[in-house]
Amino acid sequence: MLESLPLVVVALLFATSVAAVVLGRRPDVSTIVYGATTAASTILLVFGLAHLLGSAAPLTKTLPLGLPWLGAHFRVDMLSALFLIVVNLGAAAASVYGLGYGRHEHAPHRVLPFFPAFLAGMNLVVLADDAFTFLLSWELMSLASWALVMAHHRVSDNTKAGYIYLVMAGFGTFCLLLAFGLLAGADGSYGFDAMRSGAVSPTIAALVLALVLLGAGSKAGLVPLHVWLPLAHPAAPSHVSALMSGVMTKVAVYGFVRIVFDLIGAPVWWWGLVVLVLGGVTAALGVLYALMQHDLKRLLAYHTVENIGIIFIGLGLALAFEANRMPDGAALAMTAALFHVLNHSLFKSLLFFGSGAVLTATGERDMEHLGGLLHRMPLTGFAFLVGCVAISALPPLNGFVSEWLTFQAILISPSLPQWALKFAIPAIGALLALSAALAAACFVKAFGITFLGRPRTPAAERAKEVDRYSIAAMFGLTSLCVLAGIFPGFVIDGLAPAVAELMAGRMPPQADAAWLTISPIAESRSSYNGLLVFVFIAMSAMLAAFAVHRLASRALRRSDAWDCGFPDANPATQYTAGSFAQPIRRVFGTLIFSAHEQVDMPPPGSTKPARFEVSLRDPVWDAFYAPVVASVSFAADRLNVLQFQTIRRYLSLVFVTLVTLLLVLALWP
Amino acid sequence: MAVILDLAVQGAQMALVLLLAPLLTGFVRKVKARLLRRQGPPILQPYRDIIRLLHKEVVLAHNASWLFRVAPYLIFAATWVAAALVPTFAMGLHFSWSADLIAITALIGSARFFLALAGMDVGTSFGGIGASREVMIASLAEPAMIMITFTVALIAGSTQLSNIAAFMLSREVGLSVSLGLALVALVIVSIAENARVPVDNPATHLELTMVHEAMVLEYSGRHLAMIEFAASLKLLLYVSLIACIFVPWGLAAPAAKPVAFAMGLAAYVAKLAMGAFLLSLFETAIAKMRVFRVPEFLGAAFMLGLLASLLLFVVQSR
Repeated sequence: MLESLPLVVVALLFATSVAAVVLGRRPDVSTIVYGATTAASTILLVFGLAHLLGSAAPLTKTLPLGLPWLGAHFRVDMLSALFLIVVNLGAAAASVYGLGYGRHEHAPHRVLPFFPAFLAGMNLVVLADDAFTFLLSWELMSLASWALVMAHHRVSDNTKAGYIYLVMAGFGTFCLLLAFGLLAGADGSYGFDAMRSGAVSPTIAALVLALVLLGAGSKAGLVPLHVWLPLAHPAAPSHVSALMSGVMTKVAVYGFVRIVFDLIGAPVWWWGLVVLVLGGVTAALGVLYALMQHDLKRLLAYHTVENIGIIFIGLGLALAFEANRMPDGAALAMTAALFHVLNHSLFKSLLFFGSGAVLTATGERDMEHLGGLLHRMPLTGFAFLVGCVAISALPPLNGFVSEWLTFQAILISPSLPQWALKFAIPAIGALLALSAALAAACFVKAFGITFLGRPRTPAAERAKEVDRYSIAAMFGLTSLCVLAGIFPGFVIDGLAPAVAELMAGRMPPQADAAWLTISPIAESRSSYNGLLVFVFIAMSAMLAAFAVHRLASRALRRSDAWDCGFPDANPATQYTAGSFAQPIRRVFGTLIFSAHEQVDMPPPGSTKPARFEVSLRDPVWDAFYAPVVASVSFAADRLNVLQFQTIRRYLSLVFVTLVTLLLVLALWP
Repeated sequence: MAVILDLAVQGAQMALVLLLAPLLTGFVRKVKARLLRRQGPPILQPYRDIIRLLHKEVVLAHNASWLFRVAPYLIFAATWVAAALVPTFAMGLHFSWSADLIAITALIGSARFFLALAGMDVGTSFGGIGASREVMIASLAEPAMIMITFTVALIAGSTQLSNIAAFMLSREVGLSVSLGLALVALVIVSIAENARVPVDNPATHLELTMVHEAMVLEYSGRHLAMIEFAASLKLLLYVSLIACIFVPWGLAAPAAKPVAFAMGLAAYVAKLAMGAFLLSLFETAIAKMRVFRVPEFLGAAFMLGLLASLLLFVVQSR
């Protein structure tokens, strides 16, 4: 009975999709759909929590669907349960948010049928227990989200975003298909249990790793496969952006973990090196890209790239430790990665909800047109602020804990025997530290330009607070961010069964430590107590405020801004997003993005406006994609002649092709 | 009984950093003035400034938000907690395990995050320029600090400051290249983090390259007092940090006798005075650098830290 529950709920999601089509343009269809998805994802969330915390035995279920001799296999183990929680936590929040946000949707019939299907696809990926079901669900997830990206297809650039997404998604699934083909071997047993028990040769295993890095990596947004993310995530409606950025990338991480840690078998040490380097580069480049953006949603999407990098650093360390039979380190690194998976799904969804609220209130995504929203949208502003602090890895919130755990894993890595790892890991640690510091800069910019200062446009001035469903969704995630930050021990213990399933070792239990301190290895090495840090800061701040107000002065007078005596009432004199990022652009951008600033200052007395232009080049696009695009169009140009032939030539071409193919077949050994 | 004593010692440390921080700032100012053959303000002037500011009314810009009013207390609290977690006169205090060196660095980062936001709140160009430069400096200083932490943690086998100090006091530690590099890097980071010459000038208000002072330009009254206090605490924190890692002599052991505590206190005050003197000497001997020279200065610290930990990674084999 219990094993059918998730599938029944997924069927319910499909039914909701159908209902959304059938009910068509009735005014309350949005409420029905989002109500149903809220209920469905809540059930799955509770199911996942119960399974993970109850440490139940794996549940399996086979349905007579799909390939006739295979059937569709589903299985819920600890890892699936954990990702069920991540997926459905995000899905439930997005559904609640959708209850309010969906009312502003001007083309609901383009969103509503695909939203439940998208949720169903993500849940099925996590539940799948054979390659066929996995790939089918993966493709369902991709296509449903593609349809959602294309919901506003008349907006310029969205079709381009959709096209690039479709190409990248197709490429990713193709790589995964090949990976599963290699894992299944010549006998072609596509069940995961057969792959798990079967061994593959080292060459095949390495090939599978490469294909999974391409397949799952392109969905997750590993550099250089991240190009579709910043285009497609912002194009979708905001609650879908939140799901794509916060949750779908995590499903991709699930795919990577499932195949590399569970199905392939014992890892080799250099796998860890490859994953580490990719993760480090992704983290640093992702945040630098994000800093250069002034579109709020695009900034958040680029920032997802950074966080995926952090997760992959953790996974790479776990691989390196596992290959060297260091179970403690492997468990710690894996816990850090999975903790960051959970954290990122929380705060990235929260931030996308916030950007959606800003979009609803002002119709603007461009930060240069916003400003001063904290006065007009105090609740959204507060939630967004908490999200910014959490994602910038600042204590006492949750983002810090997972980065701290990753740093602790790095600190035990000198005992790894391989020289390449010894050289690479400090550099990766430096990249991780750099990206954490730059993330803080990035979110000072995002919050400061959007919510602080003076409104830069009338639209920003007229903004109003959004509806209560959106607020509820944001505050739900806000409180989870705070709770995970001050009670990290419970989260680590909650992750432990999933880690124990993948790894030989496990972290020491944390929840029974004094004062809820977490100490990953031993207390003499390192420990951190989020609760105490939170309480200390809160108490000191209140003590200081109380003492000052009580003993000194509480007088307050409102006046004009001081600004060194020359306040300018024009809001255009404020710092903009571009000018805020200028020092960092100059320090890092000249090297990486060939950033170039051109200032055209008219001579004194001239009434011509001054001009300032910044040009940035995307190194990844130039290095990897531009050649592909160029060669495809070159080939297309050359092959174009074939389109304008006579029927005689076409027939002879067909004949030649047939003869060639038969020759190949005849000569094949 | 032991717990009460522990808590008392911990409380004494919190009060101590609070009491000594303005004194340190005053002392640095005095020494700098004397080195320039000026009379200089009295050493106790920072206390008077803070008290005077506390009693003044706050003049708030019309469009200042709640964040602007809350930020000074948050910045003060985060800096105070961070400063109180660095061992000053004794090791192994009751709550010393609640945050390690990485967490202390990040706490300073939290304080800076709110300070930069507060700088942008009123929407003046000075606030923006200060915040923008502050995060640029931090984006290099913080990773450099993490690399220093790596170095020290790999040598001492712990990221807990008390354990690091205990290790540095033991006979196991020898002279090490990495430790030397880390010291240089830490000094550079401390100078940048505290907005001292040559990165920033704490004495000026209207200079185009100013960073910290530009951010707090809109603050007045008790808010400004809290921010000035936090800046003093931060200076104290970095001097204590250098002292605790590199010259830990005199630190009282956990559960020591009152005499040991007194000795530790005397040693700590002497270390602070020494640090303040060296800082003043350095500041008077060097000119302020252009703002886009700062990344090179801090990049050097970052690279030194990376080199130091790389050396340790290569040397260690277990």
